[in-house]
Amino acid sequence: MEFLTESHYYRVMPFLFEGLVYTLMITIAGLLIGFVLGAIFGLARLTKNKFIYGIASIYVEVVRGTPILAQILFIYFGLPDLLEWNIDKVTASIIAIALNAGAYIAEIVRGAVYSIDKGQSEAGRSIGLNKSQTMRYIIWPQAFRRMIPPLGNQFIISLKDTSLFSVIAVSELLYMGQQYYGTTFAAFEALTMVCVLYLCITIPTSLYLRKVERRLDV
Amino acid sequence: MMITVKDLHKSFGKNEVLKGIDLEVEEQEVVCVIGPSGSGKSTFLRCMNLLEEVTSGDVYIEGDNLTDPKVNINEVRSRVGMVFQHFNLFPHMTVLENITIGPKKIKGHSKEKAEEEARPLLDRVGLQDKADVYPESLSGGQKQRVAIARSLAMNPKIMLFDEPTSALDPELVGDVLAVMKDLAQEGMTMVVVTHEMGFAKEVGDRVLFMDEGVVMEEDTPENLFDNPQNPRTQEFLSKVL
Repeated sequence: MEFLTESHYYRVMPFLFEGLVYTLMITIAGLLIGFVLGAIFGLARLTKNKFIYGIASIYVEVVRGTPILAQILFIYFGLPDLLEWNIDKVTASIIAIALNAGAYIAEIVRGAVYSIDKGQSEAGRSIGLNKSQTMRYIIWPQAFRRMIPPLGNQFIISLKDTSLFSVIAVSELLYMGQQYYGTTFAAFEALTMVCVLYLCITIPTSLYLRKVERRLDV
Repeated sequence: MMITVKDLHKSFGKNEVLKGIDLEVEEQEVVCVIGPSGSGKSTFLRCMNLLEEVTSGDVYIEGDNLTDPKVNINEVRSRVGMVFQHFNLFPHMTVLENITIGPKKIKGHSKEKAEEEARPLLDRVGLQDKADVYPESLSGGQKQRVAIARSLAMNPKIMLFDEPTSALDPELVGDVLAVMKDLAQEGMTMVVVTHEMGFAKEVGDRVLFMDEGVVMEEDTPENLFDNPQNPRTQEFLSKVL
């Protein structure tokens, strides 16, 4: 037993658990905000109002067209430099995930709402529901079901993206692993366990999603 | 006059589908619209509750001009029921929820009151035992009868039917037509776009024959079916009867 508890595989774990808490916190907080952004900008991309559509399109294209690594550096170093404010690392990370996932979720929302048959909104409007009631009671509930699989997918992507924030030294999972082998030189053991912990989240998520998808099929 | 249409034009881009249509429908009247596909009859019907924007001309529902921006179109639509070819039931709601959503959200009725009023409607369309099932488990004919009940739940003064039986298996058509016939006999004002010539003949007070975006001929069913005047009407009827 002593052999096991003395090993780097074991001794790295307290560090990694601490990192995992940050990773999950940043991912979940970022995605909650990202979903709100995605819903707003996704619906904005469906309006006939050219101004609103334009604003939403610029947001989506800028975010999707630049690497998330540049985005986090921009938020953590770039903007504070220009605006002379301070931002802490975790907040910057949450904002980065929110803005980044928001753009992709906007496309998920747009696609899901667009995929609902036009007859549904015609039926809603013809009984006298107004536009927003039709969206809220008829279109959105149906569209939301179709969003679940791609949203789960986005969760996995965003979770892995948080590892890039090690560049600003936020104490997320990968950064904590790096810290460990920086002092112990046990890079193989530390990085192996980092990957195992990522997989412990991503594999069950993706299995669960496959199940949900099958249920939505029927 | 329940419905008045004056010089209605409708274009999709450069394609003019309705080329000046006039129509007056009295209270309790049943008007059937027949004609070949692509003649514009469905578009015409959809203009009567502004599901299609009108290019020019006027549509009055009980005196309210739909093209007047001051008219509350949602309020007018709640007085005009619409039944679609493909039913368009809400698949995420039970039959009862499909029927009660309008009264709940528009009239502000409580769930209990809306459901209490929905039960007799389900009886009326012969589906009292289907209240709590989802639309996917219903046959086409049952779906269409639920769609009719959903429209009736708003107590409309007028019902518009857009080829209500065209998507149904032949053996299911009868039940839907029977419900529509009951409605007509109870005095509902109806405009029915249909390929069911038997229904038009038996239930219609007046039949319109449309082709190429205009009303070619308009008469009582007896005259129009037995003694059509317009050569286009004669040609069409010789193919379908």
